[in-house]
Amino acid sequence: MNADVLKGGFANAPVDSAHAFRVLMNVMARPGTIEDLAGAVPPAPLSVAAGVLILTLCDPETPVALCGAVDCAAVRDWISFHVGAPVVAPERAMFAVGRWDDLGVLDRFAIGTPEYPDRSATLIVEMETLEAKGATLSGPGIKETATLSLPDVAVFQKNAMLFPLGLDFYFTEGSRVAALPRTTKVVA
Amino acid sequence: MSDYNFAYLDEQTKRMIRRAILKGLAIPGYQVPFASREMPMPYGWGTGGVQVSAATLTPDDTMKVIDQGADDTTNAVSIRKFFEKTAGVATTEETAEASVIQTRHRIPEEPLREDQILVYQVPIPEPLRFLEPSEVETRKMHSLEEYGLMHVKLYEDISRHGAIATSYAYPVKVEGRYVMDPSPIPKFDNPKMEMAAIQLFGAGREQRIYAVPPYTQVVSLDFDDYPFEATKADAACDLCGAEDSYLDEVIMDDAGGRMFVCSDTDYCCSRRKAGFVGAKGTAFEEDAA
Repeated sequence: MNADVLKGGFANAPVDSAHAFRVLMNVMARPGTIEDLAGAVPPAPLSVAAGVLILTLCDPETPVALCGAVDCAAVRDWISFHVGAPVVAPERAMFAVGRWDDLGVLDRFAIGTPEYPDRSATLIVEMETLEAKGATLSGPGIKETATLSLPDVAVFQKNAMLFPLGLDFYFTEGSRVAALPRTTKVVA
Repeated sequence: MSDYNFAYLDEQTKRMIRRAILKGLAIPGYQVPFASREMPMPYGWGTGGVQVSAATLTPDDTMKVIDQGADDTTNAVSIRKFFEKTAGVATTEETAEASVIQTRHRIPEEPLREDQILVYQVPIPEPLRFLEPSEVETRKMHSLEEYGLMHVKLYEDISRHGAIATSYAYPVKVEGRYVMDPSPIPKFDNPKMEMAAIQLFGAGREQRIYAVPPYTQVVSLDFDDYPFEATKADAACDLCGAEDSYLDEVIMDDAGGRMFVCSDTDYCCSRRKAGFVGAKGTAFEEDAA
């Protein structure tokens, strides 16, 4: 095993994960808001933000799907050592990480059931750029409107139509993170 | 401090609670099941709220705990001490100073800001529970958006009392979808739920977490001809003279003597410090307490 796998985790897990969760909660409660995550150094090609998110929210109880370039030995070993989450196919995943094109057809991810809409996947989309411009967002958590550089529009409109079922998204670029829950209405 | 993990709970438990909070925010008003832990306090003392607070706190936070609006009652004092000891966070009694506020049955009078979080302690999270005892049935009713029974209950209030007599835990509809129990806050507080802060709800014994993001539509159920009214005692606070705050009625003797005082102790105190004096109050003195 490569010794690098052992590096890059939280230096002080209870405190680092508490700070990271507050960022993750704030961006999910306020879609379109972009904030910074810090505390972990995951192996390439996983971004710092995606790595911190996985350390904060994933554990042996949360199957994770790795899509595209992040599905490599370095990332798999790092997740096994630091998180212990099983790496699974997208159909069984509670969390999935990858670039937008690599996540592929979103229909294959769990969207919950009418009685348990919370049993749905959270997708972590690795972005080239993340900016507060582009598609217009409105809905819970947004005072009037917000804007965010989304990789698509129609997919998120379709996802919002499924409410209360649906997928929830985090967008990561470097150490930055934003979120889009299923409740957000997206206009191009 | 080193005798405990930060904020008492182990990391895996906190991750499980954090995932439930995030799904709760993504599906406003929906009750997310979670594996509630035993806490070192009895059920009914805020075990759900304490677990949500423990998963939310960072060492930089300043925490305020209120019980029916008061900072100095047993429940509030013991929870505040719990987090001082296990999380090492600063605590305050001033609403404006706090970043995380855990509450039992009140929303502070002072409007909350975007950088604040309100954590509610919830005894019975299911608004339909007293109408339908089966969890299987109520879960199905939520999935089908079948809320007719709740309107029948409010209608029966009107036919029996001439008005909607439900005065606390008044049911609300969140973002036009889920009917939610706002916890036993007085219905006076319901209109405040459309706020800038994040609202999180924890029910420990019932093992449910739910949430309302900022600026989310929260509508109290009513009828066109019997609209919702945010009622309070028709009086002013006898200590600070406030006419806009929710009041507690305090029996003073066994000869019918009574007075009304603000239920929100910090609000009352800050008004008295600012020089407001009620009908039975005296001017505020710093060491009078």
